[in-house]
Amino acid sequence: MNRFKSFVIKEFYHIFRDRRSLIVLFGIPIAQVLLFGFVITNDIRNAKIAVLDYSKDDISREITNKIVSSQYFSLAETLNNDKDIEGIFKKGRVKMVLVFENNFAHDLENTGKANIQIIADATDPNLANLLVSYLSAIIMNYTLDMNRLAVVPMQINMESRMFYNPELKSVYMFVPGVMAMILMLISAFMTSITITREKESGTMEILLVSPLRPSQIIIGKVVPYVLLSFSSAVMIILLGIFVFGMPVEGNFILLLAESLLFIILALSLGILISTIANSQQTAMLMSMVALMLPTILLSGFVFPIENMPFILQLLAHIMPPKYFIIIVKNIMLKGTGFSYVWKETLVLIFMTFFFIMLSIKKFKVRLE
Amino acid sequence: MENQVVITSKNMIKKFGDFVANDHLNFEVYKGEIFGFLGANGAGKTTAMKILCGLLTPTSGEIFVGGFNVYTETEKIKRSIGYMSQKFSLYEDLTVFENIRFYSGIYGLSDADIKMKSNNLMDKLGLSAQRNSLISSLPLGWKQKLAFSIAIIHDPQIVFLDEPTGGVDPITRRQFWDLIYDAAHNGITVFVTTHYMDEAEYCDRISIMVDGRIEALDTPFNLMKTYNSENMDGVFLKLARA
Amino acid sequence: MKTVTVNNISKSYSEVKAIENISFDVNEAEIFGLIGPDGAGKTTIFRILTTLILADHGNASLLNYDVVKDYKKIRQIIGYMPGRFSLYQDLTVEENLNFFATVFGTTIKENYDLIKDIYQQIEPFKKRRAGALSGGMKQKLALSCALIHKPEILILDEPTTGVDAVSRKEFWEMLRQLKNRGITILVSTPYMDEASLCDRVALIQKGKIMQIDTPNKIVNNFEKTLYAVRAGNIYRLLQSLRESELTHSAYPFGQYVHYTAKESLNDVADLLDHLTRNGFQNIEIQEIKPNIEDCFMALMS
Repeated sequence: MNRFKSFVIKEFYHIFRDRRSLIVLFGIPIAQVLLFGFVITNDIRNAKIAVLDYSKDDISREITNKIVSSQYFSLAETLNNDKDIEGIFKKGRVKMVLVFENNFAHDLENTGKANIQIIADATDPNLANLLVSYLSAIIMNYTLDMNRLAVVPMQINMESRMFYNPELKSVYMFVPGVMAMILMLISAFMTSITITREKESGTMEILLVSPLRPSQIIIGKVVPYVLLSFSSAVMIILLGIFVFGMPVEGNFILLLAESLLFIILALSLGILISTIANSQQTAMLMSMVALMLPTILLSGFVFPIENMPFILQLLAHIMPPKYFIIIVKNIMLKGTGFSYVWKETLVLIFMTFFFIMLSIKKFKVRLE
Repeated sequence: MENQVVITSKNMIKKFGDFVANDHLNFEVYKGEIFGFLGANGAGKTTAMKILCGLLTPTSGEIFVGGFNVYTETEKIKRSIGYMSQKFSLYEDLTVFENIRFYSGIYGLSDADIKMKSNNLMDKLGLSAQRNSLISSLPLGWKQKLAFSIAIIHDPQIVFLDEPTGGVDPITRRQFWDLIYDAAHNGITVFVTTHYMDEAEYCDRISIMVDGRIEALDTPFNLMKTYNSENMDGVFLKLARA
Repeated sequence: MKTVTVNNISKSYSEVKAIENISFDVNEAEIFGLIGPDGAGKTTIFRILTTLILADHGNASLLNYDVVKDYKKIRQIIGYMPGRFSLYQDLTVEENLNFFATVFGTTIKENYDLIKDIYQQIEPFKKRRAGALSGGMKQKLALSCALIHKPEILILDEPTTGVDAVSRKEFWEMLRQLKNRGITILVSTPYMDEASLCDRVALIQKGKIMQIDTPNKIVNNFEKTLYAVRAGNIYRLLQSLRESELTHSAYPFGQYVHYTAKESLNDVADLLDHLTRNGFQNIEIQEIKPNIEDCFMALMS
């Protein structure tokens, strides 16, 4: 126990004396969260839209006003003909066109049903998705308000001419993704580097020659990073809550427990990399290519998995961050409990177990 | 030995903050001489050598290298010196010829010159068959010899050798010294820093630095006599422990 | 009983043979030196003995523990200093020592007696980071760390490389003291002059041991009569001697050339005659006792 304690203390000395690792541990998470947060909210705030109103009645105008007066959209143009739509998109003047069908208010009041068409510029699919979901939210809100007064329940059908991703319901989407990315970065990246650093400086030679068992060396090196990654995870969640007003609908403890699970998974990946790589540079490159890029590109964080080619979709299913992101979204945004995420949790547990076994098998008690 | 002076240092002082790395260094080095610059780690050898190579500006002192002022003519100095350090200046992933061509190119040699010189050089070192071998595949001794030959490929006035011959077997080490003797014989001044005292005995004259000052400067023979010692190790121990 | 037994070990890295059929024994409380240049295979031998790598052939044991089967046991009884400075540069002197003490399940206090003489020299700097120490002090710290668990065998891979003459001398004095306390010491070095500080040495070159003996016996086994020659310009002297029919070997040694003749009869007279005929003046020839370096070169050629 004493050995273990002094190992952990030594590891903390390394971390706190190296400015670079401190930046990676605490600077990067803060910067990333703020960056993603502000970039995305900014885009949403000034999105320009056009309206093509065939009906030109009270309700269509009211809805248009409601949309334009929200902080997310501004009206750039009013169209008269659906032939103008393509042109206006080509010029890149607006991101979205809202079309009210003929007799909109009339239909709504008489049949309780009316149609709105939303056409979005999908060159940036994420943004488009986001805009559509925002717009839908506003219209839904309007319908709810109206229904409180109305005798007959009214329904506005929205048809969006673009793939609609039902999960994309809010700007807070990015927090789970950033969390997955940063935990991957700190846990896997930092552990693989710290272990290869011992190899590079020759201290691994001395540790191997000592009576320490390989498992003691690994656990001693990894425990400090579990603690630090965990505090980083808490920090990201707090930033999300207090800076961006993000909700945590579900159980906070469950959220932390799932984060811990993902951290351990990422650490085991880091250990695995360090058993293969012999220099910090190789370790860095391997974690970049094998972990960071898939986390960003294939986990559904930036590009929706459903939009990917089939082969990439298959690949995405074996990316641990994908499951973590699903879990976090469920807990934070939907407020679901463990009964809704047990499958994903099981996948993560299985993966963790697999990588740890593999690392132990690959870790050498000798130099070759 | 011709007594033409190629390096003059009068009261060279270099301070880093309060720390005096070089404290009033006075010496002259002659053309074609093998000059040993000795001292323990941290005695200030490297700092002084960097000043002479035009890489550092001294705090004060009158210093000329190859006739050029170290304050104002560093570009000219750099053109008239060669440099080799123990951590090789050769690219491990380039071939013998590619290394030669690269370094000759740096010093602005013409293509014809490069061709002629590289052939001569490889002949002399017996490396012609290895012309297209990667440096990483050569034994340490050959790398050292090649690195030295490349350091003087542009016929510099002075070549600086920073701890040049660590770790090779005694015969290879002597082959390396053959090259140094040969260069000195052809009029190139050789300025060697080392902390291997036995190697110092190969130099024509030696200066020994202790804590930033030159404590002794003479031929190895005279130094051993003055300090009543059988070898340079003894001389150094007496100086350093005094 | 032999403390260390090495029996016919060989090791190759891909195509390259690092060591070939190496055998030697080390006695209890002996300083045994592996003397040879970089790439001779010294580190490979030590890594096999410290159980860090496996030999392709042959076997070796330390205190009767086999390096393959009993590697865990061996790791408890040896102290090892790898070739590079292998301590934590960002930890202080004291933190390094404390760390290695706990790694081996002991404390500085418990074994202070053994490291006292060495550690006292660096104790004034115990709050300094190891990375900021001078070469000599780093080496003393590394030795203290290797000794902290009272090993029975000390294995030191080129401990004096890159260290100045004063520190080198002090280091060998420390090894002598450790030997007197009954510790068996295996040490490697590329410096030929350090051979005389060992009890026995193995001269090693290109993965093979050329000779194993006490330094004295190696020197006495030198076959030829050796002369130190001096006559003005050393460059010209060397060239002239190498061209001469009489010469068996001529190597520069500082200000002298060490010379052996093909024929031992009349060798001095012949040499003097050759040099005067070639215009050398102030000729100085004296018979000298060879050193290990002379012997090493004679064995190589």
